[in-house]
Amino acid sequence: MTAAPVEIAGACQRDRAGIRRWARNPSAAAGGALVGLIVAVALVSLVWTPYPPLAVDPSHSLAGPSWSHPLGTDQYGRDVLSRLMAGSRVSLYAGVVSVLVATVAGVPAGLLAAQWGGVPAQVVLRLSDVLYAFPALLAAIVLSAALGSSTTTAMLAIGIAFVPVLVRVTRSNALVVLGSDYVLAARAYGRRPLAILRRHVLPNIATTLIAQMSLLFSLAILAEAGLDYLGLGTTPPTASWGDMIQTAQNYLSQDPLLSVWPGTAIFLAVLGFSLLGEGTAELRNARLGRSA
Amino acid sequence: MTLLSVRDLCVSTAGGLRLVDGVSFEVQKGERVGLIGESGSGKSLTALAIVGLLGEGLRATGQVLFENEDLLAVSERRRCQLRGNALSMVFQEPMTALNPTMRVGKQVGEALRVHRGLSRRAAARAAVELLARVELPHPERCAVMYPHELSGGQRQRAMMAIAISCDPLLVVADEPTTALDVTVQRRVLELLDRLVAEEGCALLLITHDLAVVSEMCDRVVTMYGGRVVEVGPVERMVSSPAHPYTEALLATSLAVSIDAPSDGALPTIAGNVPAAGQFPSGCAFRDRCPRRAPACEETPLLAGDATHKVACWRPITEPVGSPAR
Amino acid sequence: MTSYLARRAGIVLVSLFGASVAVFAVLAVLPGSPAQVILGTQATPQAVRQLSAQIGTNKPLWDQYLHWVHGLLIGQLGQSYISHQPIGPQIAQALTVTGPLILLALAVGTLVALPLGLGGALHNGKLTGALLGGLSQVGIAVPSFVGGIVLIIIFGVKLRLLPSSGFPGWSEPGQALRSLVLPAATLGLVEGAILSRYVRASVLDQLRSDYLRTARSKGLSRARALWRHGLRNAMVPLVTVLGLELAALIVGAIVVENVFSLPGVGQLLLNAVGNRDLLVVQDIVMLLAAVVLVINLVVDLSYRLLDPRVRD
Repeated sequence: MTAAPVEIAGACQRDRAGIRRWARNPSAAAGGALVGLIVAVALVSLVWTPYPPLAVDPSHSLAGPSWSHPLGTDQYGRDVLSRLMAGSRVSLYAGVVSVLVATVAGVPAGLLAAQWGGVPAQVVLRLSDVLYAFPALLAAIVLSAALGSSTTTAMLAIGIAFVPVLVRVTRSNALVVLGSDYVLAARAYGRRPLAILRRHVLPNIATTLIAQMSLLFSLAILAEAGLDYLGLGTTPPTASWGDMIQTAQNYLSQDPLLSVWPGTAIFLAVLGFSLLGEGTAELRNARLGRSA
Repeated sequence: MTLLSVRDLCVSTAGGLRLVDGVSFEVQKGERVGLIGESGSGKSLTALAIVGLLGEGLRATGQVLFENEDLLAVSERRRCQLRGNALSMVFQEPMTALNPTMRVGKQVGEALRVHRGLSRRAAARAAVELLARVELPHPERCAVMYPHELSGGQRQRAMMAIAISCDPLLVVADEPTTALDVTVQRRVLELLDRLVAEEGCALLLITHDLAVVSEMCDRVVTMYGGRVVEVGPVERMVSSPAHPYTEALLATSLAVSIDAPSDGALPTIAGNVPAAGQFPSGCAFRDRCPRRAPACEETPLLAGDATHKVACWRPITEPVGSPAR
Repeated sequence: MTSYLARRAGIVLVSLFGASVAVFAVLAVLPGSPAQVILGTQATPQAVRQLSAQIGTNKPLWDQYLHWVHGLLIGQLGQSYISHQPIGPQIAQALTVTGPLILLALAVGTLVALPLGLGGALHNGKLTGALLGGLSQVGIAVPSFVGGIVLIIIFGVKLRLLPSSGFPGWSEPGQALRSLVLPAATLGLVEGAILSRYVRASVLDQLRSDYLRTARSKGLSRARALWRHGLRNAMVPLVTVLGLELAALIVGAIVVENVFSLPGVGQLLLNAVGNRDLLVVQDIVMLLAAVVLVINLVVDLSYRLLDPRVRD
């Protein structure tokens, strides 16, 4: 056998989306900044917060913003800023778990469906259709009813509900790559399917998948906060943004700001990830001249 | 009176890229002018700029005088009054140019409803007549069909029906047969020829095929790199072109091949059309021209006599007043 | 067309079946029998056995499953294990709140989405377009419960214009509607923001299409051309999105009803979850899943009706 020919020029165009170009896209830049901020806050909160988030101080309950408590205190005198910082961990954890579950289940399934087609693909697609129809929140509610409220069960449910989306996106993008000329050439000189998936398909769909994952991340944060608000997610007294809003609602006439702070936090987190996802997708489309 | 006078027309992108660079030519009443060039020469954009239908992000400057009215300066409302009426257009891709969810008859009669105020029923009847005029079999049946039920050639005939529905003074046809099967192209062109003759209107035919132009047109405008490189009567352009590009186009157009080389190789023009905005300075054709000279570093101006102009420092034949040194 | 309908209906049935099995299985996996949960840890084994026999949870699982599905199909939704009230009428009562809420929200959402999306498309590339796009981005990122609370703060607490919670019942239609205004606005604004992005994309598609250019070449202004040609073609993807958004509204109503303490299906579900009232949970979840699936089916069919190319 002759030596394997050199990879055809243009094959496997590794995504060199340089930081500079990424930063020039307004959505990606703004989203990235917000995400960076939240991740930074979460990391910092692991080692330090102005006050312990669970420290109760009844003499200072429902205080407005002041020098000692920049965002005020809640009904138990707990510092809002500290709880906000701690709550960021919950939201990020929620996003990570659900997106991870969805990716680990969805991406290989999508690749399988794209590469091998036939009966396995049909099975995957039909299953994913059935799953797709089942709203994420509903699934989370059912799981909470069955297994009790906790962040993890809620996130598992949401992750499973996200699987069909990733299956579809993976499959349709993989099909495009698999139908391209350079993959055809790779097959012609003997590359095995798994190698093609690894070397050609995955790198080319990576950016699109990341954009989609970012969007799902934002939805996960939203869903998790909603579940916490309903009392089906993180259990008190652990600080979580949704739960903070739930309790703050009882004090709307006395201290409306109390619900505004965590609300803004959720808003910024969701906005950040969703802008990041959109900006990444825009960059990808621009690079391909809108052909994807 | 000159029906259409294009003066120094430029089309640029939002980023300043010049896709059409100072194009000027004229069309007289009833005259048939062919606008010829390869893809990327800017001829389609010129047509769209004349009719005022450039896409997003493109801007046109210069003058487009239609019956002494500058179409680039008047209000959009005035342009709407003229479009489909005195000035109509036939597009290249009949499948996408027709609305897929609207019946053909309704689309054909639409211009009449807009400009002549016809009722729905009257327009429907007129549409059937028009479809018959463009030689569609069973026009009443075609009228109630959807575009995807017709063949490519039939769709293009329907498009021509739309173009002549309000008795235009000028029809701009942008590569009307390029998207069709070769076997159908001839018939459709014959139809266009007949319709234009019947209407007595002027025709601006945009194409890359010099053979077509030589049969249908009175005068030819050759474009390259967004500029006009030669303008002249068709007999002259086809028998003894002045610009090397026109000659090259001639050679590559099989039906008009004068001296087929003995080795049977098809003549080509060396090189490729550069991407928009990446034309070399000076004469845009410089890099591909067999008659290239140091003088070509400077942009040649279009010069010549009243009937024939060329923009070249070393034209093949020398029209009176050419800029050759 | 009918074969397609049959096939799609078949898929819906399979999905419903799958959903019912999944829901039943998940809830059946609970540690401890329902009877145990109801009676608490102090109950004697005899009491537990007695209650189990009474509510039918001592039978094998597949038997319970079939019994349940059978009940669903004939409209007998059983009795709550806890309150012993028949579930069917409870759901029906709750629907008198949830139904109008969703319809109002849909109206608000459409009223928001159309101008926002249309404006964004017509002014694409300009400042106005960017601002409108930003507005819809913001709308999407705001959680519905946060939006609801903000509305309560403004209209309920500060301005005291509208009730911030509760539902007086339809015997007083005026009051009832007033109490639905803020919840419907909350749901509708968020959904409207989401929908507006699809509207914008769809209208942009139309504006860039070749046939719109042809229409303009006939002398129609951009607006008229869009109205006469673009609308029908824009409808096709929008109908799909509308259906999906309706499904999202139904789920979103669960949260919003909680925010405003509305006695709708959502609150019924959440209370049942809190009380471990499993049969109620099963029934409501199946009902919601069925509604969502049927909506998707209807949307799919209307899509085919709207686009003549797909019809053949």
